[in-house]
Amino acid sequence: MSTQTSGAGIGGLVTGGAGVALRRNALWLICLAIALVMPWLFFDFTTGRHSGFVVSMLSQMGLMIVLAMSFNMLMGQAGLLSFGHAVFFGFGGYCTAHALNAIKAETMWLPVELVPLVGGAGGLVFALVLGYPATKQRATAFAMITLAIGELVTACALMFKLFFGGEGGVSTDRMIDTSLFGFSYSQSIQVYYLVVAWTVIAVALMWLQTQTPLGRMANACRDNFERAQFVGYDPRRVRYWQFALSGFFAGIGGALYALVYEIVTFDTLAAPMSGNALLMAYIGGAGGFFGPVLGAILVVLLQSGVSLLSSAWLVYVGVLFIIMVMFAPGGMIGLIGAHKPIARIGRLRALMVPYARMLVPALLALLGFVLLVEFATFMTIGAAQGKKFKLFAGELDPATALPWLIAGGALVLGGLWLRREARAFRVVWDGLMAEAKARGAAA
Amino acid sequence: MEVFLVSTLNGLVYGMLLFMLASGLTLIFSMMGVLNFAHASIYMLGAYFAYDISRTLGFWSALVLAPALCFLVGAVVEMYGLRRVHRNGHIAELLFTFGIAFIIEKAVQMIWGLLPVPYRVPAVLDLPLFTIYGTNFHAYRGFMLLISVLMFVAIWLGLTRTRIGMVIQAALTHPEMASALGHNVPRIFTLVFASGAALAGLAGVIGGNYFVTEPSMAYTMGPIVFVVVVFGGLGSLAGCFIASLFMGLVQTYAVVIDYSLADLLTSAGVAINTASPWAEILTVPIPRIGALLPFLLLILILLFRPRGLLGTRDT
Repeated sequence: MSTQTSGAGIGGLVTGGAGVALRRNALWLICLAIALVMPWLFFDFTTGRHSGFVVSMLSQMGLMIVLAMSFNMLMGQAGLLSFGHAVFFGFGGYCTAHALNAIKAETMWLPVELVPLVGGAGGLVFALVLGYPATKQRATAFAMITLAIGELVTACALMFKLFFGGEGGVSTDRMIDTSLFGFSYSQSIQVYYLVVAWTVIAVALMWLQTQTPLGRMANACRDNFERAQFVGYDPRRVRYWQFALSGFFAGIGGALYALVYEIVTFDTLAAPMSGNALLMAYIGGAGGFFGPVLGAILVVLLQSGVSLLSSAWLVYVGVLFIIMVMFAPGGMIGLIGAHKPIARIGRLRALMVPYARMLVPALLALLGFVLLVEFATFMTIGAAQGKKFKLFAGELDPATALPWLIAGGALVLGGLWLRREARAFRVVWDGLMAEAKARGAAA
Repeated sequence: MEVFLVSTLNGLVYGMLLFMLASGLTLIFSMMGVLNFAHASIYMLGAYFAYDISRTLGFWSALVLAPALCFLVGAVVEMYGLRRVHRNGHIAELLFTFGIAFIIEKAVQMIWGLLPVPYRVPAVLDLPLFTIYGTNFHAYRGFMLLISVLMFVAIWLGLTRTRIGMVIQAALTHPEMASALGHNVPRIFTLVFASGAALAGLAGVIGGNYFVTEPSMAYTMGPIVFVVVVFGGLGSLAGCFIASLFMGLVQTYAVVIDYSLADLLTSAGVAINTASPWAEILTVPIPRIGALLPFLLLILILLFRPRGLLGTRDT
């Protein structure tokens, strides 16, 4: 795994002056600005309402960012691969749902804005308990223990209806009128801004955590746990506390889930959700702090956008994941980072033509693949619903061989062509990298 | 007594099926250090292939052809995928097999649909073999037992009596040394991976119609096979065999014992009703806990004896 990126980030707020801090955090501030403005770009002025679809998708992005980043506290920072991370996300959600219900019933009092802390506390406590056995081991054994814990908790959630509500889950109501700022949270846009606020807080705290001795030691234990031991730290304790804190942040993510959807079911702590966290963090890039944010945004976009058009969106996510594992283990952030040396010598433009030449066969192969997947889903699922396959206004019948041949041909042809172009690209890339290295050595 | 005997026979059938899956996985895990998440998915593929083949060519051709197809799938995955990812370390390999499992599940849903397919036991074997205490022992179960025992003997002979088996055994414990002695270890890896896939496929062929052939069958079987492998211990086929039978028997017994902790307490003189604290936990019947047992065992083994029953190395 690549090393942790450091330097520019929220840390600048603490160290530099106002101007420096502004420049250092430009990326983060731009992201925040986009997040704040985004819902208004889809504002419908004729009806004076926000697009419900966009707002709910953006809210989902926020809470998925928290989940993916808390997952990356384990995978990226500490090198611990967890297959049961959603357990803390879901548990945080359940705690929040019960807290909201208790506030509504006036057995306790807490402002809505602070309710996510309940989820965080729930996740923390749960992680403190389950982390004790889990962090006794590392690497593959750790992965298997978390897998088993995930299965156990999911099974228990279905068994014990008192707390988990069985298959129906626990529903709740966020309109409890205890807001500090007088919001009723009846509109989803209000909840969205609450989600944004908590996402920013959680991300900032997670960034600060990477600067603490614990965060640094987690890196050390990931890279070489024996040496970390020689320095005098107990890797197991480092793992334990890192695990507990990541449970805390996952709990906050779950709390946001409960606030947005007002219902928490056992899906939130089951294996597919854990897998989701893994996919998001890995596709975005586990090596960089910012990576999981990209991954979460991309996966939610795929989930919300593509799932409208195709019932096979998970296939695309899975294939994207495999391609990432095989060709870009650093994830998207790693791909972007690889361009840095070339950007530094100002030769990014030289890559434009090779990229463009790769784009054409890549699109062809993509088209072939998408068509194949869509034909297959159409045959099994779509046809049963009595749909017709429409493409560019023409009607295709996937039951005949011709469309399949065309799609398969496009995939194979595009793939072979792409391979040729990729070799040419490699030559240009290596040349530029050598140049960057030579210049770096000279400077 | 009669319940015990019938359950023991059923447990043996299930345990031998588990062994067919677990033996391939334990070889792959011990040799390559890869925890193959896709192993149970290949089992599922085997069942679906068998379903398709048995519709046109009949069950007996499926028994041969489906594992052969799985062998090919395994070989392709190892040669073009895993070998490439190998450079990026164990975690990347683990994630790769995780992704493959994910895609296989989705592909199966796409091709064969979300519902179970009607893959049935062949008519020749669809009759009672013998009767014990008034309960019929199905001929197909006997056939399953026969196939798995044959496979067990074949694996054992192959590993101990053939040259390639000797090299595999050597590569199990000392991969660098075997490679230094001039053996083509990557090719052995491919062979082991593909043979493991073929065995999983065979398990799918004979297990798919015994249980249900559906897209979630990989997900229900996968974790149990992991438990067996870890329980048996790395690098030990004998441990794997014992663990498979143990797990098969435990799971089968757990299903037939219809008691809960509350019943136990009641017989000890403590009455439990719904108002008592922890009532929800105490009244859970054993069969439901039985489903959790493999996971509990997995955690306990990894915590207290990471090398498993007969293993030589830590997991």
